[in-house]
Amino acid sequence: MLQKEIINELVKIIGKENVITGREDLLCYSYDATPDVPDPLPDVVVTPSNTGQVSQLVKIARRFKVPLYPRGSGTNLSGGTVPLKGGIVLSLLKMADIVEVDAENLTATTQPGVIIQDLNNAVAPHGLLYPPDPGTVATATMGGSVAECSGGLRGLKYGVTKHYVMGLEVVLADGQVARFGGKTVKNVTALDMVKLFTGSEGTLGIITEIIVRLIPAPESRKTMFAAFNDLSDAGNAVISIVKNKVIPATLEIMDQVTIKTVENFSKIGLPTDARAILLIEVDGIPEVVEREADTVLEVIKNNNGKVQMARDDKERDGLWAARRTALPALAQVKPTTVLEDATVPRSKITEMLLALEEIARKYNLQIGTFGHAGDGNLHPTILTDERDKEEMERVHAAVKEIFEKALALGGTLSGEHGIGMAKSGFLEWELGAGGVGVLHKIKNALDPEGILNPGKMGFNGGTGHE
Amino acid sequence: MSNRLKSIEHEIIKCMKCGNCQAVCPLYKETRAENAVARGKVQLAAAVLSGKLDYTAELAHRFDLCLTCMACVSNCPCGVRVDRVVLEARAALAEKRGLSFPHRVAAAGLARPALMQKGMKAAGIAQSFFFKRGERGMIPRFPVGLDLKRVLPVLAKKDLKEQLPEKNAVENPVMRVALFAGCVTNYVYPGVGLALVEVLNRHGVEVVLPKQQHCCGAPLLIHGIKDTAKEMAVSHVHMFDAAGVDAVVTVCGTCGEAFRHHYPEFLSGQAKDAGKALSLAGRTYDIAEFLTDVVPLDHTLLGPLDTHFTYHEPCHVGRGLGAAGKAEKLLKAIPRATYSPMQDPGGCCGGAGSFSFEHYKLASQVLDRKLRDISGTDAGVVVTGCGSCRIQLNDGLAQREMPQRVLHTVEMLAHSITGAREEGNCNGRQ
Ligand SMILES: Cc1cc2nc3c(=O)[nH]c(=O)nc-3n(C[C@H](O)[C@H](O)[C@H](O)COP(=O)(O)OP(=O)(O)OC[C@H]3O[C@@H](n4cnc5c(N)ncnc54)[C@H](O)[C@@H]3O)c2cc1C
Ligand code: SF4
Ligand code: SF4
Repeated sequence: MLQKEIINELVKIIGKENVITGREDLLCYSYDATPDVPDPLPDVVVTPSNTGQVSQLVKIARRFKVPLYPRGSGTNLSGGTVPLKGGIVLSLLKMADIVEVDAENLTATTQPGVIIQDLNNAVAPHGLLYPPDPGTVATATMGGSVAECSGGLRGLKYGVTKHYVMGLEVVLADGQVARFGGKTVKNVTALDMVKLFTGSEGTLGIITEIIVRLIPAPESRKTMFAAFNDLSDAGNAVISIVKNKVIPATLEIMDQVTIKTVENFSKIGLPTDARAILLIEVDGIPEVVEREADTVLEVIKNNNGKVQMARDDKERDGLWAARRTALPALAQVKPTTVLEDATVPRSKITEMLLALEEIARKYNLQIGTFGHAGDGNLHPTILTDERDKEEMERVHAAVKEIFEKALALGGTLSGEHGIGMAKSGFLEWELGAGGVGVLHKIKNALDPEGILNPGKMGFNGGTGHE
Repeated sequence: MSNRLKSIEHEIIKCMKCGNCQAVCPLYKETRAENAVARGKVQLAAAVLSGKLDYTAELAHRFDLCLTCMACVSNCPCGVRVDRVVLEARAALAEKRGLSFPHRVAAAGLARPALMQKGMKAAGIAQSFFFKRGERGMIPRFPVGLDLKRVLPVLAKKDLKEQLPEKNAVENPVMRVALFAGCVTNYVYPGVGLALVEVLNRHGVEVVLPKQQHCCGAPLLIHGIKDTAKEMAVSHVHMFDAAGVDAVVTVCGTCGEAFRHHYPEFLSGQAKDAGKALSLAGRTYDIAEFLTDVVPLDHTLLGPLDTHFTYHEPCHVGRGLGAAGKAEKLLKAIPRATYSPMQDPGGCCGGAGSFSFEHYKLASQVLDRKLRDISGTDAGVVVTGCGSCRIQLNDGLAQREMPQRVLHTVEMLAHSITGAREEGNCNGRQ
């Protein structure tokens, strides 16, 4: 338990009702959406309502050298908000105002606790869109998604969160408030600190305001679905679509384990004998969409795929429902769902898919793979039971091998879910000692006491389960 | 330790902590506190199971914070029955810690039909002493443990069982059904029961009203008083089985769920009662289901109603009984009536039985969302399928000085059938 003195100081700043210390409540901030990581209790949870309060809270943490963990909706999949070393969880959910929608400059300014979907609802009447759309778009916060640099289904054409963040207000580890970037399309002033804090996973500062770029919502779209009897055909189709200069908004894949599970779960008539399914959506100006859809159809045929085009919104919704059921369906098979984030260059997607099948066989595990094939971002999903110690060991070994393979193919540890605690142990494989050294120098410069989110991204004795 | 939580462990471990429930939980939307959302509650139950937490008073308060609206259940990718986890946790807590005084009194009352009958009569008389009559209902005169502003319905002078005969026959009936009225309909809105008889009789359906019926037991179950709820189940299963009817019809989703889900579960261990409970469960229908799936609404009976209405789907009709959209479809068949759907017809109104009594402020916040949704439709009448929702909606409408009236689905249909000039008439019947 934190000393009474510290609690009193916190109460002085934000009032008793915003300082949570009951054991029952603390327990509810010991986890996020990550399976198989420790879940220690924080000592206290604080819920400030403005930047000034955040700054004062950080100063207290600094003065007493107490760890501080920023938290949005706690939906991340890398153990990013787990209060590993006790201390203060700083929930930003009460800072949830959309400060401004600037339709003329195509920007929006939000506080960190705004839910991504709420922002989209607010900009839709202006015919605008904020493209990053993680699976958790209806629950995740702007702050959490910027800190995690999350991606989503539209990643291939529209990129990830960092491609939309234009400006940030950040409370630094010493309590100072800094602002970087802004509304201008061009901004090359000094070092690109906006990018540095985007994806910093709460280890470098607390994000208290965000300016994002919006885009005109696409006028029209076409959705289709293709089944393949051969995994390589599916992989080649993915590569070939882009080679033919079509960048679909979405290009998703489901492997056979996933198809079978989804079909078994929701009986929507998926071809369970197919080795893979692709789900493709092109969007934009109607004439262009027509042409691009034709090209995609052609490519699929040339790669022995059987294609089906959604004729209306209802059929389109049906196809998306199939994709959206992937995780739920897999999650119902076994109690523990280890969702990984292996990402390779697009040209290596077939190889990665085959490797995943091999790894499942080798470790005798059930792995369903789905994901954003178009950007090489796969989500191999291991179905297991946390209580089965022996199987969990095989799971850990398999996870390790999945990352080894992804890196060997020129890929990365994380396409969108971040490093957190779960993957910190593998960082050096990708960045080398030199790269990791740079991370530590930056961390030490900005947070010399190591109070911000210790144990994540390899800082301050981070430890995953490996 | 607790066999209760152990028995529900399979639900608890299914939760993958994805947080999807945050998008739909009405209490989370208001509080944005992790302990209020389904994920938090499931994890609290897990912590008790693993011995990390004790059955503390604080824990009991946390589990109080749930409307059992099941919004989380229908949005959960893993199919976690959060409502069952919450109810089992409440039962375990009640066992370990005992009940609060008001809950004990309520339990004793609800469990004894005769006493309840007397009590409600006395309450009807005493009502005018404790409450003054407002335009919309009764307003407490003294702080009687209720919020002073709260508008409550007027208890009926004659309850439904006094107003209706046991048997409401028609010539050559196509079917015989038993009406399970439930407390609110019986004591507060007997007009709903009368309307049901009207509508079903016109469809050639005979309606019996077993006079010994009492509370379905769900309010006890919801407060963790499982054993008494079970006794009440036994009594109803015997009574309705003996009625020898083709179906049981309910006018409240929670009562419907009691017959369809809870009774078979309670009696599963008791060989001969289990069969009866299952058989009854198989032929229990909410009135909206009955008129959709069993004896379909006869559109030729419907007369025009010049009314502009919207519909609030009670949680336990829509999600609990899986009858979402059925009432709307029936109501849309009424000639000349204009229907404006709410943005979120199935969003909880915050009533949730006694939740709104115990957590008036929070419940009112949840209700405010609903009221905004209602006023966005410009409708003059709000139709719903549950008495408890109606009490809650009426209170909110009165507090916000909104002009809308609230009717039960079957009352609206009765108006259309009997040619009542306008929907407001129904209030005269109460
Ligand atoms: C079912 C499911 C599907 C998902 N699908 C996707 C997907 O398609 N794409 C994807 O990229 N991710 C996905 N995720 C992961 C997760 O939803 C995203 O990373 C999301 O953006 C996290 O947002 P959050 O508000 O929950 O943040 P949290 O989990 O609360 O926090 C995430 C990180 O950000 C830090 N943080 C939070 N707020 C701040 C702040 N204001 N300042 C500084 N640091 C902060 C935290 O310390 C933590 O390190 C999915 C998760 C689940 C459970
Ligand atoms: S949606 Fe279901 S699985 Fe996800 S956190 Fe809520 S209860 Fe758990
Ligand atoms: S039942 Fe309703 S109130 Fe209770 S946790 Fe689920 S969504 Fe929230």
